[in-house]
Amino acid sequence: MKFDTPAGANPIDQLKVVGQPLDRIDGPLKTTGTAPYAYERHDVAPNQAYGHVVGAGIARGRVTAMDIAAARAAAGVIAIVTTLDTPRLAKAKRNAAPLFGGAEIQHYHQAIAVVVAESFEQARAAAQLIRVSYAREPGRFDLAAAAGSAPLVGGDSEEGSGAPPEDRRGDFEGAFGAAPVRLDQTYTTPDESHAMMEPHASIAAWEGDRLTVWTSSQMIAWGKADLATTLGLPPEKVRLVSPYIGGGFGGKLFLRADAVLAALGARAAGRPVKVALTRPLVANNTTHRPATIQRIRIGAGRDGRITAIAHESTSGNLKDGKPETAVQQSKLLYAGANRLTAMRLAELDLPEGNAMRAPGEAPGLMALEIAMDEMAEKLGLDPVRFRILNDTQVDPEHPERPFSHRQLVECLSRGAERFGWSGRNPKPGERRDGRWLVGMGMAAGFRNNLLTKSAARVRLDREGIVTVETDMTDIGTGSYTIIAQTAAEMMGLPIDKVRVRLGDSDFPVSAGSGGQWGANNSTAGVYAACVKLREAVAQRLGFNSADAAFAEGMVRAGNRSAPLGQAAGEAGLVAEDGIEYGDLAKRYQQSTFAGHFVEVAVDAATGETRVRRMLAVCAAGRILNPKSARSQVIGAMTMGVGAALMEDLVVDKRLGFFVNHDLAGYEVPVHADIPHQEVIFLDEVDPVSSPMKAKGVGELGLCGVGAAIANAVYNATGIRVRDYPITLDKLLDRLPEMA
Amino acid sequence: MKPFTYERARSPAEAAAAAARRPGAKFIAGGTNLLDLMKLQIEVPAHLIDVNGLALDKVEPTPEGGLRIGALVRNTDLAADERVRRDYAVLSRALLAGATGQLRNKATTAGNLLQRTRCPYFYDTAQPCNKRQPGSGCAAIGGFTRPLAVIGGSEACIATNPSDMAVAMRALDAVVETVRPDGTTRSIPIAEFHRLPGGTPHIETALEAGELITAVTLPPPAGGRQFYRKVRDRASYAFALVSVAAVVQRDGTGRVALGGVAHKPWRVEGAEAELRRGAKPAMAAILDGARPTPENAFKLALAERTLASVLAEARG
Repeated sequence: MKFDTPAGANPIDQLKVVGQPLDRIDGPLKTTGTAPYAYERHDVAPNQAYGHVVGAGIARGRVTAMDIAAARAAAGVIAIVTTLDTPRLAKAKRNAAPLFGGAEIQHYHQAIAVVVAESFEQARAAAQLIRVSYAREPGRFDLAAAAGSAPLVGGDSEEGSGAPPEDRRGDFEGAFGAAPVRLDQTYTTPDESHAMMEPHASIAAWEGDRLTVWTSSQMIAWGKADLATTLGLPPEKVRLVSPYIGGGFGGKLFLRADAVLAALGARAAGRPVKVALTRPLVANNTTHRPATIQRIRIGAGRDGRITAIAHESTSGNLKDGKPETAVQQSKLLYAGANRLTAMRLAELDLPEGNAMRAPGEAPGLMALEIAMDEMAEKLGLDPVRFRILNDTQVDPEHPERPFSHRQLVECLSRGAERFGWSGRNPKPGERRDGRWLVGMGMAAGFRNNLLTKSAARVRLDREGIVTVETDMTDIGTGSYTIIAQTAAEMMGLPIDKVRVRLGDSDFPVSAGSGGQWGANNSTAGVYAACVKLREAVAQRLGFNSADAAFAEGMVRAGNRSAPLGQAAGEAGLVAEDGIEYGDLAKRYQQSTFAGHFVEVAVDAATGETRVRRMLAVCAAGRILNPKSARSQVIGAMTMGVGAALMEDLVVDKRLGFFVNHDLAGYEVPVHADIPHQEVIFLDEVDPVSSPMKAKGVGELGLCGVGAAIANAVYNATGIRVRDYPITLDKLLDRLPEMA
Repeated sequence: MKPFTYERARSPAEAAAAAARRPGAKFIAGGTNLLDLMKLQIEVPAHLIDVNGLALDKVEPTPEGGLRIGALVRNTDLAADERVRRDYAVLSRALLAGATGQLRNKATTAGNLLQRTRCPYFYDTAQPCNKRQPGSGCAAIGGFTRPLAVIGGSEACIATNPSDMAVAMRALDAVVETVRPDGTTRSIPIAEFHRLPGGTPHIETALEAGELITAVTLPPPAGGRQFYRKVRDRASYAFALVSVAAVVQRDGTGRVALGGVAHKPWRVEGAEAELRRGAKPAMAAILDGARPTPENAFKLALAERTLASVLAEARG
């Protein structure tokens, strides 16, 4: 189905099932531990052996020798595959560094061996007996040191944000120089780890030259294609299965060493092999969100209207890696005739930087929305008012291009009212509650809505049960449920008459889970398949499909009616289709918007920051399931607390690796860090986005949160921290004198 | 994990004797630290002596009016003990500031005293570490030092002791009771129990080979108001950047021990006379001779401000 004109009325608008706050249909499986993750698929292949991956102990250089004799002789060992006896594997499209093979080391913990044994413990113990000799080479590990000479590089996150190397509109320098009120500040964000609960894990089994991998992947089609490339197999010989995933956040968008080494280990062992990456390897072997250095300049008239805005970001990556697209939102969020964005990319020898939840916008807004707070203060304007004053209903770089639907002003106004923003003291450092300094902050949230094709297959059986099959994944987001809701609505069924099967490369290719595009696109694909199934049903029943109404398990046309299952007959009915998009995304800018409001308390003695209240008001098209959408947003807000206050993959700039590479050292929020969180969804439909009239929301909930917290810390203390995370050591010397 | 043999001890003296007979043997109780380190092959004992069956799990009054805490008393039980909560509140508060409910249910009093550093370089076996592999060097010095020691470190090691419980015990003048392989017992004042790293950071306590902790004795209650303020980057389940254990009397005198700053719980009795003059002079004396790195120098100001906050609360 081609979607090239805004959606009219359609069966989804009934909202009998779609739009209802239904429990997740996979919830009971998750809460009882019966939704098996990749490493737990004991049932899928007999006689599984265990693989343990060894990572390089240097950041750059060569492996000169590997002594595996002791490991080979250790109890239970079946096979050892080393990087020295494996020619360098082909580098797939989406990997910056090769995942295995050859002597060269490009980053710390790059995989150099997999040890396969009868038990997990034996594989791990034997792996620790391997002695590796290296020839170290100097590397570049310091972004700040490399930033000065970093060239301009454009890029696209493949996750919905991109920018050319440099982009200009009007005369930025002239307008900025002439502006009566100016801000020129630099902000930094650190490297961050996805830190999902389930590490990367795979079970691989060969049948002749056919390979099946049960894995943990957000993007089945990407993983299948890239695994085939890496191993030099025809894609049709590779099957990937990933029905349940214990979190991804972008860390499982791409093929990683677990799948590759499970496959190589299984080939060497002659039996199925399972591999899970250890926590240190999750940090240093896989991808992370790259650190940024961001310079922002804003010029405005005394009336508060922005006349000039520039956002420049520098990040680092491996040779074939991409920049963090942190300037993206600054192209679209606020008005202003004279504009500049630029991205610079320093070549570093750290592990690969790549997409993490809201790549681009998440770190970009952490900087931009502090800058807006600072600018509002310079102008003597309320920060909410300043943002509203600079709202735009068109793409500011292409004024002929309107937003499909933009309710940023409503998000901010509604949020301010609900949060009690008028009670905020605009003068910082004035509100005290015992030993706590208390303050409020806010920020705008912004994240693009991406359109990407997505297909599904729907089957109807004689019992009137509809089964949906698509390679869409559910990374904890609620995909199973909203897909079931969509099929139920389309076919006139209660949700318990719908079965959903996900995450198998034998199913039609979907949008997958990334860039907050999963919900809208995958359900639109199911919508398309259901439209086709409705036609097939009408035809089978001899009904005119234009007249056929689907409700309560029946199909009615005129005065005729039949149970839905009757159309299936003995053999059942199958329909397959997908959604494809025309040029609506070109004609309209499609984005999602939020207002984030936060109250914090800062210990006046120690500088410890505790978040007291959080509110997000979101405008993101039709909300397909308010319950699962709310869960997405509060999870994202929690991630925003982490980014603002504690998350920091620390680089050892001499040795070239992330030092705090486990969940004890890399701190993310715990329950005690998270207060009351409120989420409001504006009542909105966006017919330009898809037949579902929905948009993404899972990343929007993160975008802006960090800056709202930073601004609240400023309001509480009068201390402006521009380098994340805002840990207490950055506040301590400017807190009030102690008696 | 390196393969190991295992036995269950039947008495403390037998456990100590067994440990002396088997080089590379370790005692195991709760295992909350040891097993993690064994999985990472940082600890590689050839033999484990399980002491969980020994009847060392009681908290009993001493004739002197103090408390004798069995080596196997779980952290949860010790924190919840009515006498501890009433008379040694700093200890109860320190215990509850550490780890999680699940870990405290398992972790023992003696094990807590013996837990090893959380220096990230200690945990990465590809990196040199004098504590893990004597003589290999220290990757932490000159590296990521924010969580590491500001005082008492050496050219060989700047790791910190991660325990909260031990900091409170240091303020309370606890005494560690042990049995040696020859069956003799001794009492080690907690001040002498943990060592500074010097040139041998792998030797962390005064325990001799095979020596087993049987109990920790607390002297009669110190009175006063008792505080344990643990400062960290998140609200729970994190190691201290700095912690302050304090016993403050009505007249402004008191005791202070610090966590998160050194290779051992840090207390300077001679500095405590300064407490009546305030946190600034007291902390200056307590941390006299500190050699922080640029990354962790904030701990000095943090310790002083945290103590000031505690003293203000004690006055209030």
